[in-house]
Amino acid sequence: MSFINYAQREIILKIVYYGPGLCGKTTNIKFIYSGTNPDARGKLVSLETKQERTLFFDFLPLSLPAIRGFKTRLHLYSVPGQLFYSASRKLIMKGADGVVFVADSQKARKEANIISMEDLKENLDAYGYDIDKIPFVIQYNKRDLPTKMSVEELRADLNPDGKYPDFEASAIAPNGPGVFETLKAVVKQILVELKKTK
Amino acid sequence: MVSSQMVIYEEEHEQLTLICERLVRDALAKAIFIVDKDGQLVTATGETAGIDTTGLASLVAGSTAATGSLAQMIGEEEFPVHFHEGNSKHLHVSVIGDTLILVVIFDERSSFGLVQLRVKRAYKNMRQIIENVATKAAEGNPDLDLFGEITDDDIDSLFNDAF
Ligand SMILES: Nc1nc2c(ncn2[C@@H]2O[C@H](COP(=O)(O)OP(=O)(O)O)[C@@H](O)[C@H]2O)c(=O)[nH]1
Ligand SMILES: [Mg+2]
Repeated sequence: MSFINYAQREIILKIVYYGPGLCGKTTNIKFIYSGTNPDARGKLVSLETKQERTLFFDFLPLSLPAIRGFKTRLHLYSVPGQLFYSASRKLIMKGADGVVFVADSQKARKEANIISMEDLKENLDAYGYDIDKIPFVIQYNKRDLPTKMSVEELRADLNPDGKYPDFEASAIAPNGPGVFETLKAVVKQILVELKKTK
Repeated sequence: MVSSQMVIYEEEHEQLTLICERLVRDALAKAIFIVDKDGQLVTATGETAGIDTTGLASLVAGSTAATGSLAQMIGEEEFPVHFHEGNSKHLHVSVIGDTLILVVIFDERSSFGLVQLRVKRAYKNMRQIIENVATKAAEGNPDLDLFGEITDDDIDSLFNDAF
């Protein structure tokens, strides 16, 4: 559901970061914020409780150069991961152009990753979307931790057919390896998809 | 997702902006915004300087969606109007049509009653325009080929300046 505003000559792409609680969605968005040229970024809106739990969502608007005279803007959202916030999670999914699934590489979060992926598929289903047909990438985050699972194990759980582009990342690291790669990959898929529909 | 697009054309944008400009005066408001339910800003009028309009749009859409869920929990379809009362500034939010939200910021120069009254009137004038927006969006736009000739290099270079 890209948003094209002829009057402002801009096109807005909505990208949603999904994943289990505390997998690093907010950290991804904060890293993107800090790594983006100040001219190209808007204000970061983060609705967190004291326990670092995202209550509602994080929101970061970014602007890319123009395509054929149309400014391309990215609106990044992260959805709260806790089951408790399932209602508000659905709201954010509405109108998304692409989805990034952030998995937590820690062994202890194996189940949480799987449940969250199932939940995502259900949410998409509820809006009549098929995960295999929308721009979708997976990020295995927290690769810096010694308690991490192997990428093979994560793939077997979350991307068994290798259908989705996937990236290793460490969003907390000073140079945030994998964070921008993930974002670029999903934007690229969205643009390719838009190109196809024309 | 990609298949359905929200599109605003100059004509409707201008008409909506005109109505909002008049509403700012009639309702003695500080600023008025139209936002789409997915969180995108459609138009902003009045004293908007110093307001993060993009962030405001996304939060208003989020809170409207949450308010809608609240309504459903008590068996209402939605709350077409919700109101946030502050010390000196207040926010009047109303759902217009299926896709848009009207946001009025006002202070002690005005009142809830006046805003409510003027919004209702403006809503009548907006209805037709909003229908036009919906029809045009559903029709799609055959002359729009923003992405037809975009290459992989173009896509890559999009990121170079920003990050
Ligand atoms: N070691 C490590 N910790 C991370 C990484 N990314 C996020 N975290 C930490 O995980 C916790 C939860 O991150 P947050 O972004 O709030 O998770 P969210 O619930 O998905 O938004 C925080 O304490 C982060 O500092 C990472 O790549 N490596
Ligand atoms: Mg968070």
